[in-house]
Amino acid sequence: MQPSVSIQNLKLDFGSVSVLRDLNLDIGQGEFLVLLGSSGCGKSTLLNCIAGLLEPTEGSIHIKGQNVTWAEPSDRGIGMVFQSYALYPQMTVEGNLTFGLKNAKMPKDEIARRVARAAEVLQIEPLLKRQPAALSGGQRQRVAIGRALVRDVDVFLFDEPLSNLDAKLRADLRVEIKRLHQTLENTMIYVTHDQVEAMTLADRIAIMKGGVVMQLDTPSVIYNKPANKYVADFIGSPSMNFFDTRLANPQSPKVVIAGKDVSLSGYEFTRPGFSGDVWFGIRPEHIVTGEAADAAPTQFEVRAELVEPMGAETLVWSSLAGTSLRFRVDGQMPVADGDLIRVGFDPARASIFDKAEELRV
Amino acid sequence: MADVTANMQRPSPAHASGPKPRRAFSRNNIVIYGILVVLAVYYLLPFYVMLMTSLKGLPEIRMGSIFAPPMEITFEPWVKAWSTVCTGLNCDGLSRGFWNSIKITVPSVFFSIAVASVNGYALSMWRFKGANVFFTILIIGAFIPYQVMIYPIVILLREIGLYGDLGGLVLVHTIFGMPILTLLFRNYFSSVPEELFKAARVDGARFWTIYLKIMLPMAVPIFVVAVILQTTAIWNDFLFGVIFTRPDNYPMTVQLNNIVNSVTGVKEYNVNMAATLLSGVVPLTIYFLSGKLFVRGIAAGAVKG
Repeated sequence: MQPSVSIQNLKLDFGSVSVLRDLNLDIGQGEFLVLLGSSGCGKSTLLNCIAGLLEPTEGSIHIKGQNVTWAEPSDRGIGMVFQSYALYPQMTVEGNLTFGLKNAKMPKDEIARRVARAAEVLQIEPLLKRQPAALSGGQRQRVAIGRALVRDVDVFLFDEPLSNLDAKLRADLRVEIKRLHQTLENTMIYVTHDQVEAMTLADRIAIMKGGVVMQLDTPSVIYNKPANKYVADFIGSPSMNFFDTRLANPQSPKVVIAGKDVSLSGYEFTRPGFSGDVWFGIRPEHIVTGEAADAAPTQFEVRAELVEPMGAETLVWSSLAGTSLRFRVDGQMPVADGDLIRVGFDPARASIFDKAEELRV
Repeated sequence: MADVTANMQRPSPAHASGPKPRRAFSRNNIVIYGILVVLAVYYLLPFYVMLMTSLKGLPEIRMGSIFAPPMEITFEPWVKAWSTVCTGLNCDGLSRGFWNSIKITVPSVFFSIAVASVNGYALSMWRFKGANVFFTILIIGAFIPYQVMIYPIVILLREIGLYGDLGGLVLVHTIFGMPILTLLFRNYFSSVPEELFKAARVDGARFWTIYLKIMLPMAVPIFVVAVILQTTAIWNDFLFGVIFTRPDNYPMTVQLNNIVNSVTGVKEYNVNMAATLLSGVVPLTIYFLSGKLFVRGIAAGAVKG
């Protein structure tokens, strides 16, 4: 099937700084793609390029098969929702919703029909005559989504839409955006630096760093099989534990951690037969304690150095083989600083990266 | 975004907080208000003398006590200053200059602000290639002394046939107002969130639609500041008025000078004072009417610019 949005060899330089480097991305019809990365990775820049608010230095952007690289933002069939809502302050909610339609010289009855529908979908009917200043943050962002909705676009672009909201509202609106996507079945491209938003919303996540896509895959693959050390480290909170070790013996592969042989017989190799210096990574949530630890293929004895109770679970900081080791235990389990704890993990759930290129082994 | 408007009318807190107000007649207050009163008197005294003198007849003025109120109030000097005093060949008083000044100030203020606001908007929002160079040149223009440019402008106006015409003076005022006004508007529009501009572009608005429908309604305070700055500056201008116009078209300031500095005949102090007060009426009115808005606009520009 023809992709909804297709980006080919996109480059963007600001003077001598290159923000996007030879970027290729195909986004399917109805897909929810999240662009995730820390600040300055080029994710918002990419979104602005797709919207037509920034002109790329090289490359092309196609939306629904049309080359829109040099088209005006309004001619691309996109709607955009901004972090700061960007509502026109002197217009009522209705004025905000109809501004784009009036610019497109749409007939009045059609405008009224679309506004009514958007207001119903977003439950902002009682707010239509109000000024943006008289709305709460959540209501404002809903109006901003409505502004994209009334234009009946093919692609929705979200630029960190929830970052200005408080935690509870953010969770509510996140669910609402997901529901909206299910109802409308539009293509959505969503920029965020929040990995929870990325994991919960996305069909696929593109993790960006320095203007390059580090990995593009489903949330589950990104979480379980990160393609490189950067992605492994970026996704997950607290982040993955890494041991500096050596992968030897391609016939029966193993690594040595804290003097113990860890057999990798269950590990799915991306590059079978690799040997050399590696980072052995294991997620804090894949480290088990108590009875489960006794059953685990690999076991260690560690001393709790710092304990962070978080209610449902407790985060324990310790160290193993000179490396800091973080893991989670059940919130009901009594743990104190200095306690000796038996931990275990299944090496099949680990992620191993070669040290030279930091790519998955 | 809505915060921009919200900030302008800061609601007073429902419950007053902070320390208890201090006594009205504390030592500090007496010192502060004492100084303020002295300064106010210092500035008001000349005004008082002018007003009193303008209401006296010449014989009374010759008695010399300038602070005394008039024994017999007469409006004769005001009438004379407005409608019959002679400047050069014309004997129709300051009224001619008043209408000339109106004809100069209104279009100059309008055109300079119209052009400068679009300049500022384009410079801050559209960032075309060379925008910074253009802006720098414009600002450097503000630092070149007027005197250097007078003669070239005289030649220029002569060549395009506007020399001595009110239109020529309007053009000069419009151009000379450009650097500072563009700076004012550029800084104001730079404080408008960029996302608002982006949202409007996504909504299909082009250059003029964004300017007229989105930016203009948000920029009312800075327009007020610009109107006050320009009206006062152009109304009070003497140099350009005397150089670029003919006696028939002299603005009020030039006429006032000719009245006050005329060396023939008796010095009519009362008429001079009335004429001076008359020519100050317009800027004074503007300040009184828009004082609050002016301060608000300057503050908004200062905080956000």
